[in-house]
Parts: sequence; structure tokens; C-alpha cells
Amino acid sequence: MGEITTLADAVARLVHDGDTVALEGFTHLIPVAAGHEIIRQRRRDLTLVRMTPDIVYDQLIGAGCARKLVFSWAGNPGVGSLHRFRDAAQHGWPVPLEIEEHSHAGMANRYVAGAAGLPFAVLRGYTGTDLPARTATIAPITCPFTGEVLTAVPALNPDVAIVHAQRADRDGNVQLWGITGVHKEVVLAARTSLVTVEEIVDELEPRPGALVLPSWTVTCVAEVPGGARPSYAMGYYDRDNDYYKSWDAISRDRDAFTDWLQREVL
Amino acid sequence: MTHTPGEMMTVAAARALTDGDRCFVGIGKPSTAANLARRTHAPHLVLVYESGTIGAKPDRLPLSIGDGVLAETADAVVSVPEIFNYWLQPGRIDVGFLGAAQLDRFGNINTTVIGEDYARPKVRLPGAGGAPEIAASCREVIVIVTHSRRTFVERVDFVTSVGFGTGPGDRERHGLRGGGPRLVVTDLGMLAPDPQTRELTLTRLHPGVTLDEVRAATGWELRVSPDLRVTEAPTDTELRVLRALES
Repeated sequence: MGEITTLADAVARLVHDGDTVALEGFTHLIPVAAGHEIIRQRRRDLTLVRMTPDIVYDQLIGAGCARKLVFSWAGNPGVGSLHRFRDAAQHGWPVPLEIEEHSHAGMANRYVAGAAGLPFAVLRGYTGTDLPARTATIAPITCPFTGEVLTAVPALNPDVAIVHAQRADRDGNVQLWGITGVHKEVVLAARTSLVTVEEIVDELEPRPGALVLPSWTVTCVAEVPGGARPSYAMGYYDRDNDYYKSWDAISRDRDAFTDWLQREVL
Repeated sequence: MTHTPGEMMTVAAARALTDGDRCFVGIGKPSTAANLARRTHAPHLVLVYESGTIGAKPDRLPLSIGDGVLAETADAVVSVPEIFNYWLQPGRIDVGFLGAAQLDRFGNINTTVIGEDYARPKVRLPGAGGAPEIAASCREVIVIVTHSRRTFVERVDFVTSVGFGTGPGDRERHGLRGGGPRLVVTDLGMLAPDPQTRELTLTRLHPGVTLDEVRAATGWELRVSPDLRVTEAPTDTELRVLRALES
């Protein structure tokens, strides 16, 4: 019920070892601070779900929190590769990483099915690619009306969804705007959810077109100013492109990364 | 003005866009080329980014497909499920702009893994993103890629996005509705599919590039169009606008 709590309490309560956890945010409003809290609380064996695992997932994987990654594009947007992800996928460091790989359209539709309370979604996708042969959660399905062969993907219903938003009120109603990615879908699909926000206000100013997650769709809300940095929160701060570029050097080397982790997160 | 091979590639890709096209843009060279086209010959180009921004008019180049400047300047900002389900899947987009880690003679693209063993790849790449459905659904696809034997391979290690599959009729067999790759723009020249065989064929050499250089950078026995010509060098205006964009 949109209970206002601290980030540390929310993570302690909602994220358990072995859980399936989705931190979403499509470039915009990525819950980076919440990811760091998961690292600090030393969660293990997580199945991490995210369409675009970027540097916060590189950090979670490098810190040894993940057993499996469900994703559609793992890279440092505009910069290059995720080196901690690569190291885990190619060399099993610090722990082996199982992967379940989709396209964006497939992942988005898996959340849509999850949010809709349906067992699967249908899309016209994947045909002719090598992905169906490698991913058990992609299967052909025949349209009962036209006979066309389409693709089915199962619903994704994470144990916990974590997203960042601009603001909430004291009742835990959440307001967000700009690029909204799959925020609504992942929160509605998940069994529990945490929304970190830039600020908690007494009264939400009505914003035409703003997407609101009503309090009763959200489990916990935590005020974390700057909680999306180095990604951005429209109306609050811009994306720190220099940080994304600098991550490449930090993450290339295991020792440099471990140093960074000790210094900046733990 | 003199130009670099990279500038030639971006300018050539920009010229391939027609004013008014609805263009699904990836980050990097495709985004640079599309923004260059909008500032030169195609002011009504509609830039669509997979983050959900439709009709973005950025005044600077975004570093990522979800930069704030895209949302602030867009005609509409929609959710990610909507951009794929309502806008891409039904065929509302004219041109898809894609890059590639590997590309084969039938225009199939790999951005997943290098190496034969998916579970133990030599190099783990970022993966599919929006590309498989962009390649499947857009009316046509333009690929921008640096020309080398590492990239231009006989067979891709993994088909992330389908070009012409194994040849004529393959797209239809897979139920893909878009037309597939129309053009491949590289730093050395341009390739287009042969209308009969669907095999990528060299149609243009960029100024100063020899046919032998292109052959040496291609990992299959390259077919050359009987109509092979030299690309027109970038104009001063194109270079000036491009450099202002990238500065």
C-alpha cells in the first residue's frame, strides 16, 4: 500500500536471496541507488531481470549478486560493452551467470502479459533468428482465427519490481513523466514493488499526461534524492554522460572494479 | 574540405534517407546520420527511438536512445511496449537503421555472440535489443557498419536479425513483413542486394578506395555490380553540419 519507508528497510524487507528481481528504467529513471543497496545488503543468487542491463547491473553482477540474467540488450548505452557482465558470461567471474535472452519486443510483451494477469503474450517476432533455439521462453503459436504462426512468450512476474520516479505524496501515490519505459508494466506484473522517488511532497501537483501509479499498486516508496544518478530524472537532473564513459575504464579490470566497489558502494 | 572514411560513411547513410520518412533510429552512427539528414536534405524526417520518443528533434546528438533531449523535443512519448506493438510491429515505420558486429552475404546480422558455442562465446556482445523486430517489420533496412573481415563474414555465428536468410524467398517463408536490407553503408563503399539472388553486391566505392581494398576487407567472394560507381564526396555543407553535430 505505498508504505513510506527508507531504502535500506525496503530492500531488507522485499529482496531476498534467490528472488527474481527486476530493476527497470529505460535510460531514464533507473533505480541505481536501490541497486547499490542490494549490493550493500549482500544479496545472492538473484535472478536479475531487465530489458537493458546497463551499468547498475554490471555492478550487481560484478559484486556477485546474480545467478541468472533475463534481458534483451546488455551494454553501456552509447559507449560499448559491459565488462563485468562479459567477464561473468565468458569466464564465470565472480560467479557463473546463466542467461535467458530475448529481444526488446519480447521482454516488453512478457511484462505486458504479467501486468495483464495472462499466462503469455503474442507477438510477431523472432522468426528466422537463432534466439528461439537458445531461449526456452520463446515458442511458436498458431492463431486460432487465421492460422498464422506467431510467437508466444510467457508472462514475467518478478518477486520484486524496483523503479525510480520523480515524486510521490505521503500516501504513496507515485507520479512520473518523460520516458516511462516499462515502469507501469513491471510494477503491475510484480508480486511486490519498491519505488524510489526524488522527493515526497505533501500534495502532488496535477500534471496532464503524467503517469501515476496509485498507492495501492505499490508496496513501498522510499525518498532517495539523486537515486537515479548517473541516469537522469527529467525535471530534476540530466544524464551524466561522462560517468557512463568513465565506467568503461573502471569496469574493464577486476581489481579496478573491486576497488571502486569498496570505495563507492560498500 | 577533406574528409575521413567515417565521415564519408555517415554522409552516405544520411543521403540514403528520404524527406518525410519515418525512421527507427539506433544510437551511434545511425543516429548521427539521421540527425545529419534532418539538418540537410530531409527536414521532415521523423526520428523514432525505441525508448518511445516519436518525432524527436534533438538540437544535439544524444549519447543514448533515451536521452532527455529526445523526450523534450518529441511529438509524442510513448511506453516501450507501445513503441514496439503499435508503431513498429504493424509496419508504420519506413526505414530501420541498424549496426552489426557481424554481417553476412545475405545481410543477416549478428549482435549476440562471436564464436560457434553460444554457451561459451569468444566474445559476448550486447544482444538483440530492438533489432530483430526492426529488421523484420520496417519497410526497408539500412545497415551501417565498418568494413573489415571480422565483420563481413561468410556466415554469421548467430542470426540475431534476419536479412535475406539463406536467399530468395526466405523472408516470406519466415513471415517477415518488411522488405529487408536495402543498403549497406560502410567506410569503404556501399552494397545492395542483388534483385534475383539477394546477395549483397558492391555498388559504390567511396572516393579514393580501390576495389582490391574492399575485396580484402570482405570475408566472402564479393560480387561487384556491373554498374559500380564512385560515391560523390561529402560537400562542404554536409561536412560543416556533421562536424557541428559531433562537436
